[in-house]
Amino acid sequence: MTCLPDIVPGQKKLGLVIDLDTCVGCQACATNCKEWNASGHSGPLPDLHPYSAGAEGVWFNRVHSFEAGEGERGRTVHFPRSCLHCETPACVTVCPTGASYKRAEDGIVLVDHDLCIGCQLCAWACPYGARELDEDEGVMKKCTLCIDRIYNETIPEAQRQPACVLTCPTRARHFGDLGDPESEVSRLVRERGGYALMPELGYAPVNRYLPPRRPADAGAAPREDTPTPMDVTNPLLRWVDRVLSR
Amino acid sequence: MPEAPTPSRPMPAAAPGADPRVDYSPPVGDTVKTTTCYMCACRCGIRVHLKDGRIRYIEGNPDHPVNRGVLCGKGSAGIMTHYAPARLRAPLLRVGERGSGEFREISWDEALDIATGWLRNVRETDPRRLAFFTGRDQSQSLTGFWAAQFGTPNFAAHGGFCSVNMAAAGQYTIGGAFWEFGEPDWDHARYFLMFGVAEDHDSNPIKLGLARLKERGAKFVSVNPVRTGYSAIADEWVGIRPGTDGLFAMALIHELLRNDRVDLDFLARYTNAPWLVVRNPRGPDDGLFARGGDGRPLAWDRARGVVDASLADLSPVLVGEVALPDGRKAKPVFHLMAERYLGADYAPEAVAERCGIPAERIRRIAAEIAEVAFDRPVVLEQPWTDVWGRRHERMVGRPVAFHAMRGISAHSNGFHTCRALHLLQMLLGAVDTPGSWRYKSPFPRPIPPGPPPAGKGAKPNTPLAGNLLAFPQGPDDLLVDEAGNPLRIDKAFSWEAPLALHGMMHTVIGNAGAGDPYPIEVLFMFMANMAWNSAMNPGEVIRILTEKREDGEYRIPRVIYSDAFFSETVPYADLILPDTTYLERWDCISLLDRPIGSAHGAGDSIRQPVLPPDRDVRPFQDVLIELGARLGLPAFVKEDGSPRFRDYPDYIVNHQRAPGVGPLAGWRGADGTKKGVGEPNPDQLRRYIENGCFWRDHLPPEQAYFKHANRDYLAGAKAMGLVPNENQIVLQIWSEPLQKFRLAAQGHGPRQPPMHLRARVARYCDPLPFWYAPLEHAGQDTEHFALSAITQRPMPMYHSWGSMNAWLRQIMAANRLYMARARGEALGIKDDDWVWVESRAGRLKCQVKLMEGVNPDTVWTWNAIGKRAGAWGLSPDSPEAVRGFLLNHVISEWLPAQAASAPGHRLANADPVTGQAAWYDLRVRVTRAAPEEAGATEPRLPPLREPPGAPPRPEILRYDASARRGRGGRRSRETIGD
Repeated sequence: MTCLPDIVPGQKKLGLVIDLDTCVGCQACATNCKEWNASGHSGPLPDLHPYSAGAEGVWFNRVHSFEAGEGERGRTVHFPRSCLHCETPACVTVCPTGASYKRAEDGIVLVDHDLCIGCQLCAWACPYGARELDEDEGVMKKCTLCIDRIYNETIPEAQRQPACVLTCPTRARHFGDLGDPESEVSRLVRERGGYALMPELGYAPVNRYLPPRRPADAGAAPREDTPTPMDVTNPLLRWVDRVLSR
Repeated sequence: MPEAPTPSRPMPAAAPGADPRVDYSPPVGDTVKTTTCYMCACRCGIRVHLKDGRIRYIEGNPDHPVNRGVLCGKGSAGIMTHYAPARLRAPLLRVGERGSGEFREISWDEALDIATGWLRNVRETDPRRLAFFTGRDQSQSLTGFWAAQFGTPNFAAHGGFCSVNMAAAGQYTIGGAFWEFGEPDWDHARYFLMFGVAEDHDSNPIKLGLARLKERGAKFVSVNPVRTGYSAIADEWVGIRPGTDGLFAMALIHELLRNDRVDLDFLARYTNAPWLVVRNPRGPDDGLFARGGDGRPLAWDRARGVVDASLADLSPVLVGEVALPDGRKAKPVFHLMAERYLGADYAPEAVAERCGIPAERIRRIAAEIAEVAFDRPVVLEQPWTDVWGRRHERMVGRPVAFHAMRGISAHSNGFHTCRALHLLQMLLGAVDTPGSWRYKSPFPRPIPPGPPPAGKGAKPNTPLAGNLLAFPQGPDDLLVDEAGNPLRIDKAFSWEAPLALHGMMHTVIGNAGAGDPYPIEVLFMFMANMAWNSAMNPGEVIRILTEKREDGEYRIPRVIYSDAFFSETVPYADLILPDTTYLERWDCISLLDRPIGSAHGAGDSIRQPVLPPDRDVRPFQDVLIELGARLGLPAFVKEDGSPRFRDYPDYIVNHQRAPGVGPLAGWRGADGTKKGVGEPNPDQLRRYIENGCFWRDHLPPEQAYFKHANRDYLAGAKAMGLVPNENQIVLQIWSEPLQKFRLAAQGHGPRQPPMHLRARVARYCDPLPFWYAPLEHAGQDTEHFALSAITQRPMPMYHSWGSMNAWLRQIMAANRLYMARARGEALGIKDDDWVWVESRAGRLKCQVKLMEGVNPDTVWTWNAIGKRAGAWGLSPDSPEAVRGFLLNHVISEWLPAQAASAPGHRLANADPVTGQAAWYDLRVRVTRAAPEEAGATEPRLPPLREPPGAPPRPEILRYDASARRGRGGRRSRETIGD
């Protein structure tokens, strides 16, 4: 079994904040992740039966769509799901070879493919379904937070972000250090009531989801102007004497 | 789109510690090139990273004005479209019967010889016998010009079955349009009403804008029968019944008028509300504008009586009847408009049941809109000068913005519904004011823009002068013969569809099959999947394409088709001209066509090849230019008959439509210093490439709003050649061109419709918007066919362009019929049941999914997911062919049986004003299939035979442009893109 690094005060916790108020389910994060990572740190991300029945590939990020509530009061939810980079990830502690590991310096959970034997214990242990089996290589793969982008000195600084964050057309994805209470992502979580997914399970996920904003208040009470008797006989008359100018 | 720069997010992490297992800074690739995406019609800027000649990564261009660095699910999957096994590989000549799929590969020389022979024969005898129709074509300024040079009036792209209702209603009303020609003021709007957007047009700008709106706390109301996509994040979802949006809009108008919550100042200054309309029932001038001796419209001034309507100091009387100097009676447009919409027919109570929206909800929404517009205006401290030369110290706007698209467009009442939305905007003072809907450059344009469509007098070996798709102003401009019969094969610009600005591609094959109005010899199509998802009733299209005459020749003797992929249409053509992918070509997103301008100024862009083709394929535009030269079309050859243009990039740079006006507006002039108008610049494409493959102009802030009446804006637009003069563009509540058609139908004037169309023209060419039930619903039993059936566009797919993509098809490979849970339960239908969907035109079988977020009287499905077995490089057992289905199979291209007055005469299932295909008028009945019928869709057409040279389908795909590892897969290596 694999040990976790000690958690120190001020521990850096890189992760994602995903805004369910603006996610429209367009799948940009999913396919941009796929194209970056296909040729990235964990690539390839193979696709079985790509042009026939049973097509199924490795994806680090998947968007689920479902409905919550009934009728007009209900809501259609688009829910992107990827590794939450837990503080105490079961996928790491369960790993028999040390292939799964959590990095002390930034909290990213990675897999060393050279050590991985594809036993899938990590997939069983992860309650979030974030692990992906590469059946072709026989190893487990997962979201790396684009570790080959976020520190990449060959990329302009503003673009040293996970691919899913940069590409999101509704700017629903944010990346940063959730261990730093002053970071932009921590501020978002505070101000918008960001929440962790199933914290009761005890794995302390780092990623946060922002709930839908309260419906905007248009501020108008229906104005029930009672038509005057004149209006009732001929509503046009009220404009007859209206003096207008250009 | 919001103008804020791309947010630069601070890098959160300092340099990491040593981790020998991680390479932190691998170079992304060895080359990066900018170009323009074409995974849909949105025209986003992209940066394509290459490594060892393969595509490593495609990302949004952060500097690009359309997408500002973001890229959607389709664009991000471009690698898999580029390398798809479904790509055509070489020119093909049919050797078996049509539809058999028996082809042989031929050389380009042979292909071009054959095409030239067929086309030359037509041009020398009767050029009308060429029907040249293109699909989602972004080079219409070239293709349309080529058709006119050829001399056939029979040209259009796919707009007639896409969005012409939006374009026509907008351009004849406000001089711009929703669609891609306008945009909400995302930075200032406080209330946003979106009608019928099926997740399409304008993809990324809308997504960016919605995020901006929500961040600012604006209210977003989505009016749509289906709660998916954008509607899912709306603050309020109005699940309206399909085809009733116009009634809802007119009820809002009723409420605003009833409560006197309209912007009379805006109406008096910027619209034709004060113009006087002649009241002369049954007279030849009834409903026309009263005009002075100089032809200028007249208004009724409070002090001076009847005067020129354009006077700066007009104090208009808007209500009442006045005697004109010649004694005729006239009323202001406002009077006629208010009278109509204050009528009981448009009261919320009267429309509530039909729309499926309670009356009090309609009243509340009207009150909310009015409150935001009039009690919370947006005031920008920005001086500007109006067309009368008067300086205003600030810009005051009504922050209620509208956007509308497919759910309005795809109905036979869509033109009037869209006009009603524009009327609503005008009443609110919400056209190009701060916080409202705004024109995108090159709009606004005069209403309607001139000149009329070309197409009369086609004769052998002779070009037609002018644009084939343009703007009729009245009966004289229609393309009809002396008897009133259509001149075009699709009957566009005829009495059946006088404002068919985009043509009617959906009727071409049906009309050609019937020889109505005449047979054609060559059908030449580009990128339009007419034997499948682009057709109403694809089975009938296939029947016509394979039908033979008594002499054994095909009914349509020659079919030439160009596409990049093996679509369902390929097997029905005789000659295939294989196109490149979007990453292997030059293109031009031109101001002469559908440019990328924004509210902030003009703009256009190009595609450049980022990779050379690895197959024997050629860009379609290169081929067209070569065919033009071989045929000797005057604009495509020099004096000595040699080709005028080497290829498409040469044409882009050097073609001049008018002196100094060419396909691209940026860096014109010999030294590249001119914009809009200037002599060709041999260095122009390099300048585009250096700038990320786009050019944009930036309007100064005093020109940002009120463009229809902004002196400085109009002067600048004229200088750039965007408008013909600097006159105010007066927004048209009352549409005189429509009234002219109506008068003709009432028996006035030298050109009148044939008798069997008079009642129709008189009814639907109403100068004010009105609502009528979709035409499809008349003549059939809507109690029996009790449900409306529509489609939505899945965001990660664009029409048929997703299924050959190995990544996108994993997201969606089959579609369901979605139905309200309560309705399904009432019909005894459960989740996952197989059902029959029956319409007056036929029936299909599919699988159901019950849901909450859909209007209870509506069923819907995703568009174009179903594929014919064997097409798109997919194995015949793919879910797309087994469980995916097209609603198209139960849509008729013709209206139900017509009145007895015209037996045998059939009319397109389309809007009677614009000819827009009425896809969403469909009515169906849904019943459970028997248990033994479950498991597969119907109809299932026989599998298509793959073309010669089609590559084997890999069992596993390991796309990795890095190719740097020794680590091998356990399975055999079969990788595409090597």
